Amino acid sequence: MTVAPTRTMTYREAMREAIREALLADQRVFLMGEDVGAYGGCFGVSKGLLEEFGPERIRDTPLSESAFVGAGIGAALGGMRPIVEVMTVNFCLLALDQIMNNAATITHMSGGQFAIPLVIRMTTGAGRQVAAQHSHSLEGWLAHIPGLKLLAPATIADARGMLAPALADPNPVLIFEHGSLYNLEGELAEDAGTVDIERAAITRPGGDVTLIAYGGTLPTALSAAEELASTGIDAEVIDLRVLRPLDDRTIIESVARTHRAVVIDEGWRSGSLAAEVSARIMEQAFYELDAPVARVCSAEVPMPYPRHLEQAALPQPDKVVDEVRRMIGVPADE
Amino acid sequence: MSATVGIEREHGLELLRQMLRVRRFEEKCVELYSATKIRGFMHLYIGEEAVAVGAMQALTPEDAIVATYREHGHALVRGVSPGSIMAEMYGKVEGCARGRGGSMHLFDAATRFYGGNAIVGGGLPLAVGLALADKLQGRRRVTACFFGDGAVAEGEFHECMNLAALWSLPVLFLCENNRYAMGTAIERYESETDLALKAASYEMTAWSVDGMDVLAVEEAARRAAAEVRDGDRPCFLELRTYRFRAHSMYDPDLYRTKEEIERWKQHDPIPALTARLQADGLLTDDAVEQLEQEIATEIEDAIAFAEAGPLEPVEELERFVYYEGAAP
Repeated sequence: MTVAPTRTMTYREAMREAIREALLADQRVFLMGEDVGAYGGCFGVSKGLLEEFGPERIRDTPLSESAFVGAGIGAALGGMRPIVEVMTVNFCLLALDQIMNNAATITHMSGGQFAIPLVIRMTTGAGRQVAAQHSHSLEGWLAHIPGLKLLAPATIADARGMLAPALADPNPVLIFEHGSLYNLEGELAEDAGTVDIERAAITRPGGDVTLIAYGGTLPTALSAAEELASTGIDAEVIDLRVLRPLDDRTIIESVARTHRAVVIDEGWRSGSLAAEVSARIMEQAFYELDAPVARVCSAEVPMPYPRHLEQAALPQPDKVVDEVRRMIGVPADE
Repeated sequence: MSATVGIEREHGLELLRQMLRVRRFEEKCVELYSATKIRGFMHLYIGEEAVAVGAMQALTPEDAIVATYREHGHALVRGVSPGSIMAEMYGKVEGCARGRGGSMHLFDAATRFYGGNAIVGGGLPLAVGLALADKLQGRRRVTACFFGDGAVAEGEFHECMNLAALWSLPVLFLCENNRYAMGTAIERYESETDLALKAASYEMTAWSVDGMDVLAVEEAARRAAAEVRDGDRPCFLELRTYRFRAHSMYDPDLYRTKEEIERWKQHDPIPALTARLQADGLLTDDAVEQLEQEIATEIEDAIAFAEAGPLEPVEELERFVYYEGAAP
């Protein structure tokens, strides 16, 4: 068996390559958002694209989230394939009316007459000591809304491969890029192409407990799984990948094998995505469970600035390990 | 110079016919609402007909329209069939949005009618985006964006004025200033009540027009649309108008005086145009009567169509949340 050649790249580079490929493949694709052009993207994702594609297709916008997100919806209605970048999920609140009342509703409200082939990318998550107005994970709020699709690429392959199918989708697709992942480095097959945007992935198979994570919590879950393995507990890790519509089947089948589940979510616990996943497990796999579903979420506090408090507020591998041990009945100090 | 000089008989009659269609359609909607055939929120355009009728003369079938929740008239004048509009308000599957939208959310892809938006100001970014799509694809089209004076207080208005002007986008902004944001008079919510002045501050051509004079509206809209189409830049018209009826069917109309309403009714655009055409010898009483009869028949047919149509099966409740098929 021959091993396919691979190359090393960062999550940021994978995302940039995906955007570049989309721009090359389809003249209807354009990128707009705050500082995507001359600055190169607040997180450096679109660096170099203005020089290559020019200001018509790499459009710096005013700080007018509602106008440029809404203009993305209008441009999609007008036959374009816009990629709108919102600097962070925290700022998308300024455009929430457009996302909720137009992007998510027009197809239905028009009786199915209009498609909205729009992609909105935004950074999410904490970990960089930028305090309470730049650190939140609001995916759970947006996942509440019928009419939207939500993706959370947590790997290099997904950062590279999710954009094309998202642009091909006739519905508004929101892509959440966790800020801590941009520098993630990994191997990607030379011929890596698009990936599916329907299914959750089993990132690490295991038999004793299912750890369910997405985006920035995938590394947390994987590191917890490593630690658990060192004490003989074999954890399966699921990367949700698609936050709406949720892939129930992968979750339920896993829980049916492991009989235990911990959901790890950087959102606040109350009304979180973790709450939704947990409820679905109760509804569909209650009799498979050996223990109540557990959740490791962010503390219910606006994200504090000092590092020790921020880290204390976030889901950490040791919290996941503790939950699993408690669930299995292993004393915490063992 | 009067805007009516040289008006052709055919065109004058057409303007009158369109305004009368809207007026009579809206009056029938009141009856049907009282008879509980139409439910939900319903906002009538009575008194403001000259705006949609005059402005729509400047548009071609390739142009796009974005409207508000007070949009029955716009849809009718644009050419959305009265039967499908009525069926929409009946919640029937033959409605122009399969009954999913109702009075406030009329949509029609065939006539490029992009709603029926019931969030004040919410349609403006859509119009900016539709115009951006035209510009990027090299199409010489106008996106006509109707919105009320209340929208001017929204942040989105200012964001969109700026963006449309900054990017030289072909949007025709049509601000229907009926002096009230629901029940709050413009003097009570705007520090600057000259709305064209606000738009002009974003470096776009903007002026105010007597929105009760259909010929004045048409003339201004043609000039503005030409600037948008040929100059590839936005233009703003403030159409000064007035609604004779309450804000919606729920509104007891306690915030303005009867005298004020009566004063504005003296400027009713329909008798005004009728008198003008008659004075010019272009319209006889018989012709008016004939128009009324044709319109009555058209509306009766629309009601019959709506009455006869089936309701969508409940099994289809969750359809259209996501688009069915590939995007066009």
